[in-house]
Amino acid sequence: MLIRKRGSKELPAISTASLPDIIFILLFFFMVATVMRDTEQKVIVHYPQATELQKLEKKSLVTNIFIGPPNPTYAAKLGDAPRLQLNDTFATKDDLKTFILNERAKLPEALQGKLTVSLKVDKDTKMGIVSEVKSELRRLNALKINYSATPKVK
Amino acid sequence: MAKSKTRKAPEINASSMADIAFLLLIFFLVTTTMNIDKGILVTLPPYDPNQEETKVDINQRNVLEILVNFKDQLLVEGEPLEITELRTLTKKFVNNNGIDPEMSENPKKAVVSMKNDKSTTYNRYIEVYNEVRAAYNELRDEYAQQQFGRKYDNLTEDQQKTVRDEYPLRLSEAEPEDYGNAKK
Repeated sequence: MLIRKRGSKELPAISTASLPDIIFILLFFFMVATVMRDTEQKVIVHYPQATELQKLEKKSLVTNIFIGPPNPTYAAKLGDAPRLQLNDTFATKDDLKTFILNERAKLPEALQGKLTVSLKVDKDTKMGIVSEVKSELRRLNALKINYSATPKVK
Repeated sequence: MAKSKTRKAPEINASSMADIAFLLLIFFLVTTTMNIDKGILVTLPPYDPNQEETKVDINQRNVLEILVNFKDQLLVEGEPLEITELRTLTKKFVNNNGIDPEMSENPKKAVVSMKNDKSTTYNRYIEVYNEVRAAYNELRDEYAQQQFGRKYDNLTEDQQKTVRDEYPLRLSEAEPEDYGNAKK
């Protein structure tokens, strides 16, 4: 009959030989799907919600401008009025010119006109500062703008 | 000597491989971010210092005037409006084709004019912008469905251009007022 012997009561160990492979697959997924965090976020940005969103295609053409209240580390020194962050320093709108020209110079000649500026603005920011940045960008001829937003949850 | 038996190399212990891989995985989880930059793409009008003062001569009936005050309230064509009604009104206004004398003559001539206060929140601004965009996207979708039997996104480049020419989104933004601060 198929009844086993009394002696072999011990369960066989589960083979973990494929565990590294599974983890490696996860690892490769994350390596491909994510990008390195490039700048320290010094302002807090809660994105507004919208429905008519478009994806930003070429990451290399995109430059980020953050506007929002400083995060707690800096709030003690700077207060909680919304501020501009370019790369990883606080800035004023006078610094925009150098910043945009620098960013543009980094791109190859043929693509310089396609520079897209992604405005990452906190939703409670007043429009005053945003308009100032916008008219400055117009003056600098950086006309492709993206208002960063998250999809609306219904 | 027992050659054939002792030749076999000892198996490498691979049990720590999983730990190493886990370590790498956690490192990447922490140092990277998902790339999810989405938003409303806009092309600003070019800057022209001479143009600041000149007023473009457009028939008043073709202009949908949206004002947002410092309390985030909307005034559309002189009447207060809820944000939820804006999309329907914009669609009606643009697609009027000369029926209502208060509204646009045809979609090609329609202009949406936006003006906000310096103290309007960015959130409200995006909401308004989004509603206007949504209205136009719906109109374009309807037209595409009617003409080509498909949605706007599924059309060829040329067809999309035809639809866009039929419903051009002409949005003008005025410099913001500063009533909000003047009141304080």
